[in-house]
Amino acid sequence: MIVFDRVSKIYPDSSVALEEVTLSIEPKEFISIVGPSGAGKTTLLKLFLAEEKPTQGAVYYDSVNVHTLGKKEINEFRRKVGMVFQDFRLLSTKTVYENIAFTMEAAGRADEEIESDVPHVLELVDLTPKVWNFPRELSGGEKQRVAIARALVNEPDIIIADEPTGNLDPANTYDIVQILKKINDLGTTVILATHNKGIIDLLKRRVVAMDRGRIVRDDRSGKYFE
Amino acid sequence: MFWTKLKRVLRAGFFNFWRDGTVTLASVSVMTVTLLVIGLIAFSSAILNTTLTELENKIDINVTFITSASEEDILNIKHTIESLPEVSLVTYVTREEALAAFKERHSSDQSILAALDELGENPLGAVLNVRARDPSQYASVAEFLEGSNALSSGGFTIIDRVNYFQNKTAIDKLTKIIASADRLGFALTLFLAIISVLIAFNTIRLTIYLARDEISVMRLVGASTAFIQGPFVVVGVIYGIVAGLLTLLMLLPLTYWLGSTTESFFVGFNIFSYYLRHFLEIASIIMFSGVFIGALSSALAIRKYLKV
Repeated sequence: MIVFDRVSKIYPDSSVALEEVTLSIEPKEFISIVGPSGAGKTTLLKLFLAEEKPTQGAVYYDSVNVHTLGKKEINEFRRKVGMVFQDFRLLSTKTVYENIAFTMEAAGRADEEIESDVPHVLELVDLTPKVWNFPRELSGGEKQRVAIARALVNEPDIIIADEPTGNLDPANTYDIVQILKKINDLGTTVILATHNKGIIDLLKRRVVAMDRGRIVRDDRSGKYFE
Repeated sequence: MFWTKLKRVLRAGFFNFWRDGTVTLASVSVMTVTLLVIGLIAFSSAILNTTLTELENKIDINVTFITSASEEDILNIKHTIESLPEVSLVTYVTREEALAAFKERHSSDQSILAALDELGENPLGAVLNVRARDPSQYASVAEFLEGSNALSSGGFTIIDRVNYFQNKTAIDKLTKIIASADRLGFALTLFLAIISVLIAFNTIRLTIYLARDEISVMRLVGASTAFIQGPFVVVGVIYGIVAGLLTLLMLLPLTYWLGSTTESFFVGFNIFSYYLRHFLEIASIIMFSGVFIGALSSALAIRKYLKV
């Protein structure tokens, strides 16, 4: 379970990114965080991954404050979380296969596991023919599917997707959302940050709306309010 | 697990080196120039040493005897000098040999030869050529000869002159000039070396700057510091090895081309044969510098981007 307990983030230039945000996310939940740019969605996710520290409040994962973790523990914690970004963030000098294998290597998995799991996860995102291509040789939708495969391959407890469809056309957007849904059905918590109304209406899951660093609505039925 | 990790780090490093062609070309070129400059330092100090040794070997003492000195007296003195612990070799040049050498030296100068004929007799005295074990010992040998020990049995001196003191000033001056010229050269090459090391360092920093986003991604998928840093250090080491090999290869034609020039300029020092004779030494200096600069710049540069 993830708990944000009265978390505030104020940057040195005294701009307020988050203000007294309290939010809890149950295991196996599919939660969408919506809101305009600058609402604080990305900051919220960065605080969860311990990329940044909160100015006030605390973030807990399974009752552990993630900002009290040591360097090594942070690495181990991050391996339980799969990240998908709007700009894909693949490693440009590595092939599709190596991009996914890298995550497993970093987690210290054995070669045999890597050899069996990577093709499997590529099949899941339907990219088997592109296994030896470099990221620059892929379309946007394909890159995002590689990113999802990379996020999935260590069998994480949580998948965090920050505007994963922001750079994609409607057809690819639909595909990505279906993949995320499938992942959630298999038992992984999914946190999706987006401002795409179409996606929310398609999902019909919990929606948390943010504006100017605050949570303005938390809706179980899954509607996107303007 | 350690070996698996090491294998993965090495493989990743090698792939990065191989795939990033432009960056590799730039880094290896800059590094090669750096190593060439470092090689220059090795050669310049060798030139200094050889030239100084060569000069020191040129120092000797010629004791010229008066023409009336008997051979027996001269040989007596020769034995006395030879018994000195500082002396390594004493050569006896008879009056006739001195004359022959003199004629040989001036064979093209008719007026001198004519003057000799006019004289009718041999005007040259016999000579003892004395070499000391160490250049610093010449002074004491010369003093010994100047003193009363070298008197003939008759009680008067048969030594005409000892040429050590005239030569000494000239040789000292020359040694000083060469030493300071070489110090200046050394300072210049050291300066160049420092600059090129800084350039190499910055080039590698740039390559890592280009990869900063990827480094942060690696961080976010939970890779440890060593696992991210490792391949970059491996790439730095490969840059060093490749640049080192290139440098050693390039030095072959370069020193060959400079060989005859250096041989006539610095007494008998052929830079090419020096390179071949001391290849292992120079190669290890250059390879070590390359690997050291490459690994250190990578390790230092990447730290900045690992803070996520």
